[in-house]
Amino acid sequence: MQPVFHPVLVIGGGLAGLRAAIEAKKYCDVAVLSMVYPVRSHSCAAQGGVNAPLGNVPEGRDDTWEKHAYDTVKGSDFLADQDAVEILTKEASERVYEMEHWGTPFSRTPEGRIAQRPFGGAGFPRTCYAEDTTGHALLHTMNEQSVKNNIRVYPERFVLSLVVRNRRAVGAIAWNMQTGKLEAYAAHSIVLATGGAGRIYSKTTNSLIMSGSGMFLAFRAGVALKDMEFMQFHPTTLYRTNILLTEGSRGEGGYLINSRGERFMERYAPSMMELAPRDIVARSIITEIKEGRGINNGYVYLDLRHLGEKMIDERLPGVRELCLNFIGLDPVKEPIPVQPAQHYTMGGIDCNVNGETEIAGLYAVGECSCVSVHGANRLGGNSLLETLVFGKCVGESASDFAVREQGSGENKIDRVILDAIEQEYKKTNEKMKGREGAEKPASIRRDLGQLMVKKAGIFRQEDLLREAIDGVSELSLRFKNVHVSSGTVYNLDLLHAFELEAMLSLAEVIAKGAFLRKESRGSHYRTDYPERDDANFLKHTIARYTPDGIKIEYRDVMISKFKPEKRVY
Amino acid sequence: MGNTINLKIFRLDPENARHEPYYQTYTVKTKPGMTVLEALFNVLDEQDGTLSFRYSCRWAICGSCAMTLNGKCRLACKTQISEYRGTLTIEPLPGLDIIKDLVVDLEPFFNNYRKIKPYLVPEGMPDKENIQMQEDVDLIEPHIKCILCAVCETSCPISWTSREKYIGPMALTKVYRFNRDTRDAGGKERLEVVRGEDGVWRCRTIFRCTEYCPKNIPITEAIQFLKRKSVFK
Ligand SMILES: Cc1cc2nc3c(=O)[nH]c(=O)nc-3n(C[C@H](O)[C@H](O)[C@H](O)COP(=O)(O)OP(=O)(O)OC[C@H]3O[C@@H](n4cnc5c(N)ncnc54)[C@H](O)[C@@H]3O)c2cc1C
Ligand code: SF4
Ligand code: FES
Repeated sequence: MQPVFHPVLVIGGGLAGLRAAIEAKKYCDVAVLSMVYPVRSHSCAAQGGVNAPLGNVPEGRDDTWEKHAYDTVKGSDFLADQDAVEILTKEASERVYEMEHWGTPFSRTPEGRIAQRPFGGAGFPRTCYAEDTTGHALLHTMNEQSVKNNIRVYPERFVLSLVVRNRRAVGAIAWNMQTGKLEAYAAHSIVLATGGAGRIYSKTTNSLIMSGSGMFLAFRAGVALKDMEFMQFHPTTLYRTNILLTEGSRGEGGYLINSRGERFMERYAPSMMELAPRDIVARSIITEIKEGRGINNGYVYLDLRHLGEKMIDERLPGVRELCLNFIGLDPVKEPIPVQPAQHYTMGGIDCNVNGETEIAGLYAVGECSCVSVHGANRLGGNSLLETLVFGKCVGESASDFAVREQGSGENKIDRVILDAIEQEYKKTNEKMKGREGAEKPASIRRDLGQLMVKKAGIFRQEDLLREAIDGVSELSLRFKNVHVSSGTVYNLDLLHAFELEAMLSLAEVIAKGAFLRKESRGSHYRTDYPERDDANFLKHTIARYTPDGIKIEYRDVMISKFKPEKRVY
Repeated sequence: MGNTINLKIFRLDPENARHEPYYQTYTVKTKPGMTVLEALFNVLDEQDGTLSFRYSCRWAICGSCAMTLNGKCRLACKTQISEYRGTLTIEPLPGLDIIKDLVVDLEPFFNNYRKIKPYLVPEGMPDKENIQMQEDVDLIEPHIKCILCAVCETSCPISWTSREKYIGPMALTKVYRFNRDTRDAGGKERLEVVRGEDGVWRCRTIFRCTEYCPKNIPITEAIQFLKRKSVFK
């Protein structure tokens, strides 16, 4: 086993990972390992847009980075670190212009500038978009730039473990799904850019590959996870498949209707009705279903029929197409069955604004990281921005670190490091074997997803969260008896078992964090503690893996300009 | 309701000593709205954990799940099971090496992509954004929707027979996308790459790429445009 060496190794080929690699490449050699081809990453699924206070439309003329920062902090329910938010918003315009220069086909204003639309929680229209497929436009541009910059990509490599020696990251072990072989990689610095963990919930808008496996890698290597209990839920996703239906469908005048045909938002937000903030609409829908006014006990209707075929085709063609293709239903003729679903993972790998974790040489960026700019609730359009702004920062600091390391010694890997990598390789190889067991990975995964939706979902309370914690440990026991078919070439059973191991571990962190946070803040809503409690919980949850179980501590939030106030809209 | 479908699936396992392809049939209970991708997951999760296929987004935006459904290259996630009755034959994309079952080697496809400078060659660097009119974006609007799924290339009989040579419909669509972008200055170089016999002229306007492209991109039209450009400099 001879490890492949690159000074900087980026794990993850989504927007954050590719942006970091492009930056690092300016200073040293870099490679990207990704479980899918980069353009298949979840980033391509983003629809709405990316925020920057460009002031390109008349209503947004007076927009500034400070206003963007305020909206972000308020949206976060004051849990975001304000130094990080300052960087995010100050650099937003430059990063969006950069993407435009690199070729992103943004939609345009009549003057030919980047078009901007209003988005929830923002004081001005500042969300730059490329129709309703902004993520796809950005990710393809980023991929094009990675080709231009000759960045080495190793596709369909699933990273199974990090090699850490004396609290210093020195390598990674990856499964080449195409050949079935394990591969060893050595590096001076490693960037984790592995995305969110939405699939822990059975109902999620996330791609099927979003298991949070990268967060688990860091967690097991000794890095803390931060604020994992904060999960954003989106109110309107297609029933069953949970494909996201844009907020625009309500914005353009769609009604939400229960089984009795009532526009039930009247009960919860009589003035804003369907246009109330995401979390309120999501909770209202769940309440309707719980109280027996849902349809088939699982969904409500989003009714567009009164808008008429012409308007639907003009304003919401994407929605009609999604319905026709993915649930075989025409919203011109029938109401659309919708339900809330998990949408975004606010928490993640604990790191600072340079992406540095507590392990030297190990960095995190994008949805898998928690800097934190989203706090308790992310504003739509801020996460794509995060991948661009912090992708650049982290690429820079990771390559700095690598260049410094390279300077001190010759470009050869130390014997001790080789040994450490070899040891990890052998250990990991043991896990590649098929296992005879009674449990299918899919059935444990399904039960986990349902457990988390029911007990650690939109409404939380002490007894439910206790059941979630107990439930996860039961499932972890069942996992010990999992069946994995043998073979290593593109073995999905094996992949799913690896993902499941990560998901079970993260689910425990989520449930414990939620259990201990006895307040309601942003996306975390406790029916038994419905108020925000700044005296006790204006703090980040810091969860650490120890052999005796998860340890939870708290850390103060970095507050500068904006003092906490009530989050009312 | 209560209906079933038979999925007759192509299988090839490189780790199996016999290493011979065969077909295996699975019966799946269908649900209203079920896609082919969901049906494959049903097989994987409930019946046979050894089946391999690619997936990611499940809504036709990532380009992972292209395969051959009753002889046509399509996205499994964008195809409703209800389109089929009785037996649906599922095979890997044709003309590419098979890694396992429905998973093919896409390197030749991505190589074609890399050949044509698939990135904007900027004209200048304004302080803010380049000014571009919406009409100009609309000119390339369908082409920027490409998801690199390889359906066009694997549907094209010319690509099957001259894989080593023909640069293929996807790469040509990319050339069109960049060359017609008002912000781009790399058109000449790209045209140089595709103006020969292994480029635009190998296209015989069979239109299969255009017919099957899941993003409805007028590929053949774009290739015709490039042919004209190659003649009239
Ligand atoms: C439906 C939807 C719509 C959205 N719309 C918007 C929007 O309009 N605006 C906005 O700002 N945000 C939006 N978001 C959020 C945004 O898309 C994501 O937060 C962002 O794209 C994350 O980018 P990333 O680079 O961090 O991760 P990803 O794009 O998820 O990339 C992760 C990468 O890591 C790789 N990977 C993961 N684990 C491993 C492993 N173990 N080994 C090797 N590789 C691994 C994957 O292959 C992938 O390449 C949306 C999200 C969803 C679900
Ligand atoms: S042009 Fe169409 S068929 Fe070809 S790769 Fe792009 S999306 Fe797929
Ligand atoms: S799974 Fe993404 S295109 Fe089908």
